[in-house]
Amino acid sequence: MKNFRLRVNGRDRRVKAEPDTPLLYVLRNDLDLKGARFGCGLGQCGACTVIIDGKATRSCITPLSTVGSKSVTTLEGLGSSRRPHRIQQAFIDAQAAQCGYCINGMIMTAKAFLDESPRPSEDDVRRALAGNLCRCGTHPRIVDAVMRAAREA
Amino acid sequence: MKHPTLAPLTAPTGGYSVGRGGPSRLTNAPFAVTRRQFLKTGGALVVGFNFAGSISEALGQPTLSIAKDFKSVDAWLAIGGNGQVTVYSGHVELGTGVETALTQMVADELDVPFASVDIVQGDTLLTPDQGPTWGSLTIQVAGLQLRQAAACARRAMLALATKELGAASGDLEIENGVISGAGKRITYATLTRRRALEVPFDEKVELKKPGAFKIVGKPIRRVDIPGKVTGEFTYMQDFKVRGMLHGRVVRPTAMQARLESVDDAAARKIPGFVKTIVKGNFVGVVAKTEWGAIKAMEALRCKWSDWSGLPAMDQVYATVKKTRIEQSITPMKEGDAAGALKDATTRLRATYEYPVQTHGSIGPSCSIAAVARDRALIWSASQSTHWTQRQIAKMLSMKPEQVRIIYLEGAGCYGRNGHEDATADAVVLSQAIGRPVRVQWMRQDEHGWDPKAPPYVADLEGALDAAGNVVAWNFVTWLPFRIGGTVDVPLLAQDLVQGDVAIQTSDNMNAGTMESDAKPPYTFPNVLSTVHKVASTTFRPSWLRSPGRMQNTYANECFMDELAAAAGADPVAFRLKHLKDDRGAECINACAKAANWQTRPSPSKETGTGDVVTGRGFAYVFYDNARTYVSAVCEVEVNRKSGHVRATRYVIAHDCGLVINPDGVKAQIEGGVVQTLSRTLIEEVKWDASRVTSVDWASYPIITFDAVPKIEITLIDRPDKPAWGAGEPICAVVPSALANAIFDATGSRVRTAPFTPERVKAMLPS
Repeated sequence: MKNFRLRVNGRDRRVKAEPDTPLLYVLRNDLDLKGARFGCGLGQCGACTVIIDGKATRSCITPLSTVGSKSVTTLEGLGSSRRPHRIQQAFIDAQAAQCGYCINGMIMTAKAFLDESPRPSEDDVRRALAGNLCRCGTHPRIVDAVMRAAREA
Repeated sequence: MKHPTLAPLTAPTGGYSVGRGGPSRLTNAPFAVTRRQFLKTGGALVVGFNFAGSISEALGQPTLSIAKDFKSVDAWLAIGGNGQVTVYSGHVELGTGVETALTQMVADELDVPFASVDIVQGDTLLTPDQGPTWGSLTIQVAGLQLRQAAACARRAMLALATKELGAASGDLEIENGVISGAGKRITYATLTRRRALEVPFDEKVELKKPGAFKIVGKPIRRVDIPGKVTGEFTYMQDFKVRGMLHGRVVRPTAMQARLESVDDAAARKIPGFVKTIVKGNFVGVVAKTEWGAIKAMEALRCKWSDWSGLPAMDQVYATVKKTRIEQSITPMKEGDAAGALKDATTRLRATYEYPVQTHGSIGPSCSIAAVARDRALIWSASQSTHWTQRQIAKMLSMKPEQVRIIYLEGAGCYGRNGHEDATADAVVLSQAIGRPVRVQWMRQDEHGWDPKAPPYVADLEGALDAAGNVVAWNFVTWLPFRIGGTVDVPLLAQDLVQGDVAIQTSDNMNAGTMESDAKPPYTFPNVLSTVHKVASTTFRPSWLRSPGRMQNTYANECFMDELAAAAGADPVAFRLKHLKDDRGAECINACAKAANWQTRPSPSKETGTGDVVTGRGFAYVFYDNARTYVSAVCEVEVNRKSGHVRATRYVIAHDCGLVINPDGVKAQIEGGVVQTLSRTLIEEVKWDASRVTSVDWASYPIITFDAVPKIEITLIDRPDKPAWGAGEPICAVVPSALANAIFDATGSRVRTAPFTPERVKAMLPS
């Protein structure tokens, strides 16, 4: 076990963990940030996505030791149900969740994408989310939500 | 969802808020109470469960006795002294939106505001056993029961108010939980503070008339979505119990291999390692940290015996047909199909095949168990906590009332996935170690070992007369035998502990009511529909969204299309000609109209330019031959060179009677189209002689955003009719509409799913 200092959602956090621990488990188990979800542990599905220094990143395959002083943002860092981020609000307005397990990845990927491309087409959104899996078939509403968020920016 | 029991159980650093209301009221209510007393403590509804995390503390408490029946209304719902209503639902959310819809039904029936209703779901101590949450029956059956309970409560409130206010019930009105009339008023809250609501549950109670609905029928936003998009919602996978350890399991390398040895020398060196647990062929590890458990799992060196008894993949349908038949049933027998076939001039024959598939939950299954000598407390995302309670009790040689299972929502399951098995795994590990254990399945556990939708094959024969009427229809399929209605899917851990695993026999299979919709929804003079119930199947089977109905409708509706083409008839007109069901015809016509359907036979005469040809296909179902009408038009593009199929548009007409929440129904329809399209175009579990080889998303791909079609929905709302199910019925029409569209585009029939480019290309003339 080693001590690490992390920058998460704008706060300095200290954790004690094995250096090879994926960031996902540190967030969920040590920092009680459960927005990022375990889906595959293989970087295939996107449910664990967080934003590290502006880039959507799969936290399930990101060892703690590689994070360093980079800025980590999780779903909780965007907003809360009382004060949702506009992307979160757009997902609420579009009712874009069924089981909702994949939605963290959809929102975090969309956040990093919209920061780079604030005026996307629907096809751009589909391409941006192509690596995120949803099993409930919420895709049409997710695209709708991201387009809403872009319009309301 | 209301989780009255959670707050004291979260980790010390935790403080997860739970459900939309945040942590619920908690008390230190005594434990030695009956359920009835439990609900009434303190005048208001109080449900508390104080458990600091250690097994001795949790399980040293006196047993809570369980209400044996739900004949009293207060077992179904309770009205608190503050007017807040708590509903006890045996059916659970599963991500389908039913928590919101059930809330609408109860709030409307009871005449209270939507926001004053909370639902406790799937807690074997507190909620009724309404059977598994399956078959799109929650609104139709479980919701109706809750409506009846609410109507009984409303009637009782009204009766109390007549005495309190000295007015006749006809002079009283109820709005937002306030009864008023003759210049006076009294609230439900005041009435319940003065006396208990012990009135019998009466399923013959009069329900609200359609015109009186205020909340039912409205697109109320889902109560769970704000929490789900902000990370505040607590999934099963997020839940923590103080003092819990992390468990992982190691499955055999071949389906029925036996454990020969375990070497955990390397695992013991992993930081946080606690113990390796071996019982029969069950192998698990327990560690203090989640990462420690994963690394220990990976470091275990298990030696398994060889086993290679699985059929070759290309022989799977032949294997199904050769399997011993336990029982044969004929869901439909009219006239003399064999005779009519023999005499007919135009005869058709076709075989349809649909592959083995997995549930593919995005979040692998998870559970926490705390097991002591004489009781167990379990958190599970099981869609049938009462069934699982009985299974776990049997496994532990306990009585069901010694086992309490509390439902927590997991990732969508779409049927019986691995949640129940992860629960049994947690039970084995907790029992062995004497601590609460959380088991989180890894991706390969879920794909490799969840029970599967069985391989499906159907042979159809039909005949036309000279006027293009269907005069004979013969349908045969082979489905896993099911000995009785409540036989549950065997728990992996139980089988592994005892020795063998995944051996399907005629007394341990339940793949759902797969024979439903084996008979066509049309009227023909000579029909024989035969279902052979076979004594085993390739993999441990279970139900996967629209079990059997989807496959049977795929076969029926593709074959109907083949007959229409042979008759030179328009597919919609041909169906209508053979349909004697006005409500069904209305659904078909609504769909054709919305799709701007052009009347003509298939295939299309448009040959297109370049490699891509387009087509349209139709399909129809009367779900279970008893409820919910669905029609679909699918439009496709087929690349003749590559064989690539792209569904561009689905137009759906959907009649499920009274619509409780139109946006909720639409979401279910959209999801059903996308998921079933994925299953039909892409999905097939693969295996070698020993084991499933589709163990992740690379080896079992599913649909991605680029392949999702435009979906247009016409809801036919019938407020004067009973509310039927939605969610499964839509799935039934998706594969056949697609297959028929491919035929319309290309003139060739693809009869084996999934419709991969290789398969489609092989079918097309070169």
